[in-house]
Amino acid sequence: MCVTACADAWRGDGEVLAAAMGTCSTLGARLARLTFAPGLLTTDGGALLSRDPLPLGRPAGPAADATAEGWLPFRDHLWLVLHGRRHVMMGAAQLDRHGRSNISCIGDWSQPTAQLLGARGAPGNTIRNTTSYWIPRHTRRVFVDRVDMVSGVAATDAHDLRRVVTDLGVLDFDGPGRTLRLVSLHPGVTVEEVCDNTGFDLHVPGDGVRTTRHPTERELHLLRDVLDPDGLRAREVAE
Amino acid sequence: MSPEGIAASLSDGMTIGIGGWGSRRKPMALVRAICRSPVRDLTVVSCGGPDVGLLCAYGKVRHVVAPFVTLDTMPLDPWFRTARQRGDIGFTEYDEGMFMFGLLAAAHGLPFLPTPAGMASDVLRVNPGLRTIRSPYPTSASRPGPISAQEEEQDTGEELVAMPPLRLDAALVHMNRADARGNGQYLGPDPYLDDLFAKAARHCYLSCERLVEAFEGPVQSLLISRMMVAGVAETPNGGHFTTCEPDYGRDEPFQRRYAAAASDPAEWRRFRSRYLDVDEGSYQREVSQR
Repeated sequence: MCVTACADAWRGDGEVLAAAMGTCSTLGARLARLTFAPGLLTTDGGALLSRDPLPLGRPAGPAADATAEGWLPFRDHLWLVLHGRRHVMMGAAQLDRHGRSNISCIGDWSQPTAQLLGARGAPGNTIRNTTSYWIPRHTRRVFVDRVDMVSGVAATDAHDLRRVVTDLGVLDFDGPGRTLRLVSLHPGVTVEEVCDNTGFDLHVPGDGVRTTRHPTERELHLLRDVLDPDGLRAREVAE
Repeated sequence: MSPEGIAASLSDGMTIGIGGWGSRRKPMALVRAICRSPVRDLTVVSCGGPDVGLLCAYGKVRHVVAPFVTLDTMPLDPWFRTARQRGDIGFTEYDEGMFMFGLLAAAHGLPFLPTPAGMASDVLRVNPGLRTIRSPYPTSASRPGPISAQEEEQDTGEELVAMPPLRLDAALVHMNRADARGNGQYLGPDPYLDDLFAKAARHCYLSCERLVEAFEGPVQSLLISRMMVAGVAETPNGGHFTTCEPDYGRDEPFQRRYAAAASDPAEWRRFRSRYLDVDEGSYQREVSQR
């Protein structure tokens, strides 16, 4: 269900690169391409654009060149970020109500309590690309009042912050003043549960919150038998 | 040249760029030689991986300039983290695209290159020396057709980060093949930014898997020109434990061992004396016999 919720983020994007960091988000991009968004471009996890969506966790091997429809080394990836024909789904160690995200470090930047990745491509991604987030564990440690370092910019500054998918539900930035808003709950999850695990007052629309859609039979088949036969998604989030 | 000779040509306080990307095609034999050499107080410019980690472990680093430091299959490098969390090193943190533009600016002798990447983020807060620049063209000039005088008056140009050049005293890169004159060839799927590192540096030193008389493969794979290169070292398996496709992939068990050893002082002493405080030949023997 998390995978299909991620896949739905790319619905209607057309012929753009679906870039993803994380297991469920990568599977989501490839699943979207195999079903309702055939125009999407996906990679082998490296420098090759794959002719067809590839199974996850199986080494591409020397045959990788034969399965490629294009070449996207890192330098061209960075060009594509500025060009904008790209919808990226990133992770975040921290995310605030305005959509500012942090993957750099926890604590004071000058001497952090926990050094993380660094800004990576987050500033460029958010300022020029459609950006979504995939958060495998929806907790107060992630959804904080204030991020320690703004790696990804706020919804009001960003090109287009589209949605946030977590293990509890789906959110977007259509709350008051472009703030986080609860859109749907995964089956069995309550509004209270989401609010309890969010470190700020989350906007919950008055006219109710939907239930996240179930995957179709075909989507389940593609996921289990084609894209993730080793069940790597279970290491990121319980199904 | 030997790896020791290349390390000996560096001096204290230099700014050195290291090619590759994360834990991919890093000039690790040269990095190991620097660890064994007396050089210190380096500023390291890198799309960081275990190169940055090892130099931090040996206390060679005064300052790191990077968009990230990662081991790829393991997200974080333990020695870079320790150095940052102890406050032992300075850090200049850029967006990846800004970083590439910094090398491009240096390679072209430009005072800066404009980019939107970094605007509205804390990259500007943690780099108070960074300046922005407003485009001299109105935003509407980016679409075809005439612009009215009124439009032009009301329309100010886009504000962009003015990314300064990342000028290097020396660059270190690892290639699959090279000739004795210093031409370098990559055979894997990605050149990374290695040619830009070479062009941004006063002196570039190149290590390679194998020295050849003549190159095989498409001319597009001849990434580095000898006019940029001051010295070449043949270092078989010299990218170990990072990837060097198609010659070899990453040594994942060894990378895990490196990362695990960093968390325990006694284990790190054992790791260091067995693998690192020895010459490159001994390193390769120990690695192949484990």
